[in-house]
Amino acid sequence: MAAYLIRRLIQSALILLGVSFITFFLLFVLPADPVRQIAGRSATAETVENIRQQLGLDKPFIVQYGRYLGALLQGDMGRSYLQKTEVADLILSRLPATLLLMLGAIVCELLLGLTMGIVAALWRGRALDQTLMVTSFVTVSAPQFVVSLLLLYVFAVKLGWFPIGGYGTFAHLVLPAVTLGILGSGWYSRMMRSSMIDVLRADYIRTARAKGLTRARIVLRHALPNAILPVIAMIGIDIGIFMGGIVVVESVFGWPGIGQLAWQAIQRVDIPIIMGVTLVSAFAIVLGNLLADLIAPLIDPRIRLR
Amino acid sequence: MKRLLASTAVMLALALPALAQDYTPDPAAKPGGSITVTYKDDVATLDPAIGYDWQNWSMIKSLFDGLMDYVPGTTTLRPGLAESYEISEDGLTYTFRLRAGVKFHNGREMTAEDVKYSLDRVTNPETQSPGAGFFSAIAGFENAGPGGLSGVEVVDPLTVKITLSRPDATFLHVMALNFASVVPKEAVDEAGADFGKKPVGTGAFKLAEWTLGQRLVFEKNADYWRPGVPFLDSVVFEVGQEPVVALLRLQNGEVDVPGDGIPPAKFTEVMGDPAQAARVVVGGQLHTGYITLNVTIPPFDKLEVRKAVNMAINKDRIVQIINGRAVPATQPLPPSMPGYTEGYAGYPYDPEGAKALLAEAGLADGFETELYVMNTDPNPRIAQAIQQDLAAIGIKANIQNLAQANVIEAGGAGTAPMIWSGGMAWIADFPDPSNFYGPILGCAGAVDGGWNWSKFCDPVLDAKAAEADSMADPAKAEERLKLWSDVYMGVMEQAPWVPVFNEERYTIKSERMGGEDALYVDPVSIPVNYDYVWVKE
Repeated sequence: MAAYLIRRLIQSALILLGVSFITFFLLFVLPADPVRQIAGRSATAETVENIRQQLGLDKPFIVQYGRYLGALLQGDMGRSYLQKTEVADLILSRLPATLLLMLGAIVCELLLGLTMGIVAALWRGRALDQTLMVTSFVTVSAPQFVVSLLLLYVFAVKLGWFPIGGYGTFAHLVLPAVTLGILGSGWYSRMMRSSMIDVLRADYIRTARAKGLTRARIVLRHALPNAILPVIAMIGIDIGIFMGGIVVVESVFGWPGIGQLAWQAIQRVDIPIIMGVTLVSAFAIVLGNLLADLIAPLIDPRIRLR
Repeated sequence: MKRLLASTAVMLALALPALAQDYTPDPAAKPGGSITVTYKDDVATLDPAIGYDWQNWSMIKSLFDGLMDYVPGTTTLRPGLAESYEISEDGLTYTFRLRAGVKFHNGREMTAEDVKYSLDRVTNPETQSPGAGFFSAIAGFENAGPGGLSGVEVVDPLTVKITLSRPDATFLHVMALNFASVVPKEAVDEAGADFGKKPVGTGAFKLAEWTLGQRLVFEKNADYWRPGVPFLDSVVFEVGQEPVVALLRLQNGEVDVPGDGIPPAKFTEVMGDPAQAARVVVGGQLHTGYITLNVTIPPFDKLEVRKAVNMAINKDRIVQIINGRAVPATQPLPPSMPGYTEGYAGYPYDPEGAKALLAEAGLADGFETELYVMNTDPNPRIAQAIQQDLAAIGIKANIQNLAQANVIEAGGAGTAPMIWSGGMAWIADFPDPSNFYGPILGCAGAVDGGWNWSKFCDPVLDAKAAEADSMADPAKAEERLKLWSDVYMGVMEQAPWVPVFNEERYTIKSERMGGEDALYVDPVSIPVNYDYVWVKE
């Protein structure tokens, strides 16, 4: 177990190093100049060169990357080019909102997705199954902006049950979390359905049925714990998506998460912020996957970590 | 004014209209209350030397003051922290007499040392100010650094003398820019790079709270040196708000001013509802949207081709695409800018004439080229309209739909044959015709990385522009504007741009907002002049 953990941690570190290198390289070759964004439209050529030198952006790629990595290893993510604020402060100030929304969204996704998946598997081939699967297809392909606005309009503006966007109380969390839950539930329901169908065909389920166990007990005690495994692994991937990619929902609901920060930084080529957000998201994905792998043997004793 | 005029024996004073200093705020205005303003984008910084965005420009104006200022709702200069000023006859020396007893938000009195420190700071390359270039006329600008500007001199605690290396007719406008705001050294030293998050100025409001990525609260500066203002006790800015949602919240009574205006998708609906339309204020804007034609890339090196493109574009149709929120442009300057050439009709929309010109240039069969455009609505739709207009005269324009930074890069590098300027278009920094020339049409901007995306450089026009800007004598103001008008007519003759439209501003406000309409379409404090607006209840 300890050896496994150490090996996985080293792997994770290497992955993060690779992510940092690739992202830094892509930003380096990008045909957009951060210095021009800082210097503004009225700057003279000298001003532009001066800023380039001060930020060390005139140096070769490997020197720039080395400097960034060196500072990063000492816990320094640098300062935003345009805001001049510490990147770590900017990310930390938004992290709680992102984590809260992520938690709320995953709970909604699982509630909706797993229920739909289980029900569809139990009634597979029937009208109910088909309806649920079409629904999941629709939710997966639905544009975030439209769904967000629709829910906001109906439940906040028309019915007045929830505030029209914002952050701070549980009521603020409901609509964005439900929106993300609906949008993401399709993946979970499809995975849960197929996994459940596989399990229901297994020998031990037939044995359980032969023993005369109730259907509820078969499903909840025998089928579900086994079918849920691949789904749990998916949460790890989901965490990564939530850490970086929910700009639209955040901006409709005025949710002060990391996505908005990243999006604005990308528009303005604010490299320290882009790097910071990318690495934090990558870290979350790596951590999420590691946790999913560590949890797996607790649910299914057949799995051994080696 | 009397003291000013008394000293004109050797010195020449630039007289301002008497009204300028006596702006009377709305007599019905009541103090008190709080308003909520929303923006989509986060506020990057409130450091006046750095801030250069849509949202922070007017916020900084309310936190800080410069030596010069504008009469609210107009483009007329008035003294700010300077009580009076004198300009030497050669136009090279400006002596500003400061107001006594003006206090920074930290309680300390503002002096001439602070003015010098602030100008030294903004021009010091280490500050990385995007506005440093505006101060290039000040003597010693080339050697600006930690040592400061040699041209800025403290005469006594309330007098500062600024020497220029060349006459600059726009200098008083420059001193009214946010970049010229007066900041206290001790507060900058204490906050260091975080000054933009902990601003201290002399302005009508002070920063009371800033929750990163969520909201900022401005609180009334009770010691503000202008008596009676501001009216509001506080202004709450909420950031990260989608414009469509901001509008819904306005309709629900939660927001007073959606800072990003009325989103295109909702425009017809809002204007079609008399109750809402009554709360919309429309105003001109010192803005021109244009297509650049790169004169270094064939066939745009041929004058006939550039003229043909000018005649091919149906500007009225493009104005329709943005719900009619603009007027078709005939020339680089917007109509509300001094120096605008009245009566000049520009190139007519004439596809047949355009085809004839192409034939003259030996391109009767047309040609293929690329049109760069920023990828946010409505710009791609406008680019498509341009593409169709060009196709009608045989030019096949492939659209390059890119992020803003990439378009700016291609424009600066001179690799883009045509660029639609939307989303990056020129909005004047200050209301003077010179501000539309240098960086975007002059030789200085036609370098690698410059904003002159046409790479158009005419030394004769440049010389004329330089001459106009050296005419600092107010008696020659008319003559100077005439000269600027000539410069822009000269530009039109060579057609490096297709001026397409001048945007109008549509600001919507809540029922309870008071104050004259001009404050809601203030040409300088965009979108709203927070110092002078008030609430009814």
